[in-house]
Amino acid sequence: MNTSRAGAAGAIAIGLLTVTACGGGGSADGKMHVWMYQDSLAVVQKSAVERFNEDADIEAVVDEVPGDTYQDKVRTVMGSGDQPDVFFNWGAGSIQPYVEQDMLLPLDDALESDPEFADAYISSVMEAGKVDGVQYGIPLRGTQPVILFYNKEVFEDVDAEAPETWDDIIDLTDTFKDEGITPFALGGADAWTEQMWLQYLVDRQGGPEVFQRIQDGDSEGWRDPAVLKAAETVEDLVERGAFGDNFASVSYTEGAASDLLAQGKAAMHLMGSWEFSTHLDQAPEFAEEGLGYVAFPALPDGEGDPANVAGNPTNYFSVSADSEYTEEAVEFLKTTSSEEYVQDMVDNGEVPTTTGAEELLKDSPDPDFATFQYEMVQDAPHFQLSWDQALPPEVATPMLTEIEKLFNGQISPEEFVDAVAELQ
Amino acid sequence: MSTTALSRVRSGAAPRTGRPGAVWALPGLLFFGIFAVLPMGLVAYLSLTSWGGLGAPRFIGMENWSRLAGDTVMHKAIVLSLVLTVANWAVQTPISLLLGVWAAGPQRNRAVLSAVFFTPLLLSSAAIAIIWKSLLDPNFGPLAQVGPWLGYPGADVLGDSTGAFAAIVFVSAWQFIPLHMLLYQGGARQIPESLYRAAEIDGAGRLRSFWHITLPQLRHTITTSSVLMVVGSLTYFETVLILTDGGPGTDTSIVPYLMYQVGFESWKTGYASAIAFTLVVVATAVSLIMVRLTGFGAMRSTKEGM
Repeated sequence: MNTSRAGAAGAIAIGLLTVTACGGGGSADGKMHVWMYQDSLAVVQKSAVERFNEDADIEAVVDEVPGDTYQDKVRTVMGSGDQPDVFFNWGAGSIQPYVEQDMLLPLDDALESDPEFADAYISSVMEAGKVDGVQYGIPLRGTQPVILFYNKEVFEDVDAEAPETWDDIIDLTDTFKDEGITPFALGGADAWTEQMWLQYLVDRQGGPEVFQRIQDGDSEGWRDPAVLKAAETVEDLVERGAFGDNFASVSYTEGAASDLLAQGKAAMHLMGSWEFSTHLDQAPEFAEEGLGYVAFPALPDGEGDPANVAGNPTNYFSVSADSEYTEEAVEFLKTTSSEEYVQDMVDNGEVPTTTGAEELLKDSPDPDFATFQYEMVQDAPHFQLSWDQALPPEVATPMLTEIEKLFNGQISPEEFVDAVAELQ
Repeated sequence: MSTTALSRVRSGAAPRTGRPGAVWALPGLLFFGIFAVLPMGLVAYLSLTSWGGLGAPRFIGMENWSRLAGDTVMHKAIVLSLVLTVANWAVQTPISLLLGVWAAGPQRNRAVLSAVFFTPLLLSSAAIAIIWKSLLDPNFGPLAQVGPWLGYPGADVLGDSTGAFAAIVFVSAWQFIPLHMLLYQGGARQIPESLYRAAEIDGAGRLRSFWHITLPQLRHTITTSSVLMVVGSLTYFETVLILTDGGPGTDTSIVPYLMYQVGFESWKTGYASAIAFTLVVVATAVSLIMVRLTGFGAMRSTKEGM
């Protein structure tokens, strides 16, 4: 009797072991998995995959990964031996850890053997898809500069003009505050939205060299006077009430900041150009009629070129080196420069980074906005990649916390400089 | 649990064997070994390495540990975790004890209301945190109207250090009081009716009966519930992640949240393992001390002398 029970217990134990031992070694469902950051722009990639599946011998599927933890999920899955075959990323610093572990497929050969593919994209945008001079990322989206959006109707109500100078920013802050309207919507619950302000302020104050030094690994670069000046400007804006009195609990990822602008509770919103598509999706009438946009103005004694742009040059697709479908994946990447793909992007309000896309911009839902954006990027002497994408995560994560504290008034500008200079 | 049940069945059939054979513990031990002891061993090893989640960990000796000892963010996280534990206990214990004792009564309306109070326990923590985050939105949630009455004119509760911390205590109370209420309800129903009758004859009022009979009779339940609360608070995580994201700044970054942030956002997996191991040691120590101090381990019956 005892032995049969022991047998039963053993069987259960073995069953458990089998369950735990499986998994690992790529997705075994025989499909090519394409990981996308989930948002309203991903429809372009979904139609691309559908078109790809019509001719291909294998089946590709899009896995949409939601929200602001996308990067963490990619990192986890890359370390688990169950990598996606193709995945969305921000190029440069965001894929460097994978390149160091030889986990990505170098695309130089594929580009060399197909000059048409190689010449399809604007070369400055291809740059950010390289790590140590080797191409690992292919542009998959439109360009995403950070733009100062405003609500035209709210501006008309107080008889104000869109800001062109820093003095205008300060005057408008006071005007709207008196009217009981939040001057600038800010999703302070997501610190990367606060980072956009600081990026522009540092660039306008001291030029792109200031951050370049930090990105190159010299943490003393944070002690550049331009960083302190920018942090003091933030403190001044917060104290003036530029962001209202509750921005610290406003969430961008849940749409609260965008709603504030669309509903006229806030007058302006500094945000990436994807904001246009977000409004087009959520409040189409407002996007088409009521949404105004200008470039970030110059600072009074700033040394930076006011034509510089910050944001994301674009997003990139990279291929896992261990994928079973590397050949098919490269074929799929080539479709991102196809006519249909670029047309889809334009129709969805994006500004493509492929060469010769200018003519297509007239088909954009808002050709003026598309042209504004295209020219802004085209004429920019420098395109600053978002800090938290440019820096390695062990620095970027605590940096965002310090930025949040600066905006919340929990630390002074001096303390901010000291805190970030000590990160590494 | 099933082994003790089985042992009773067996001991009925063959009284001499008393205890079940050790082999019955095998599935449980294997499960515990694979899912608890082994990962803990791995975490202890990882805490001695530098690892970013990719490739092979690099052995660096005690470096993580010496850094941990001097890390001000970690010190703050420990203090916050302890304050949260005390606050959770102080808020949840009296409420759930009173609700539980009240619900133990035989009246029908009490049964219906208990069932209603019980609902939050059926929801997942993540869903609860998301719901409360929407309710606490400063512009579009009900808080926008209620905020000024609570002393938050801008309704910026989650953006305020005290407000965010209080929100976490409140949401966890909302979520966990039903569980503890259930424990106390069960405990209170175990108290023999004769004790109350005797007290009544001696002229004791309701309050005195509660103080001198109900509370002492519930002492094992109080220990059980408190250990659950304390260990639960020390390892509390998902509500903080969703509701406050450790903010404003690091003002709600309790130890488990810090562990997540260091491990899965900064990708300092070795350092995060050191934090995790500290947490395991502290939580185990605290629950052992509590059990020892309350005499719960000795399992003295509450019905001694009856």
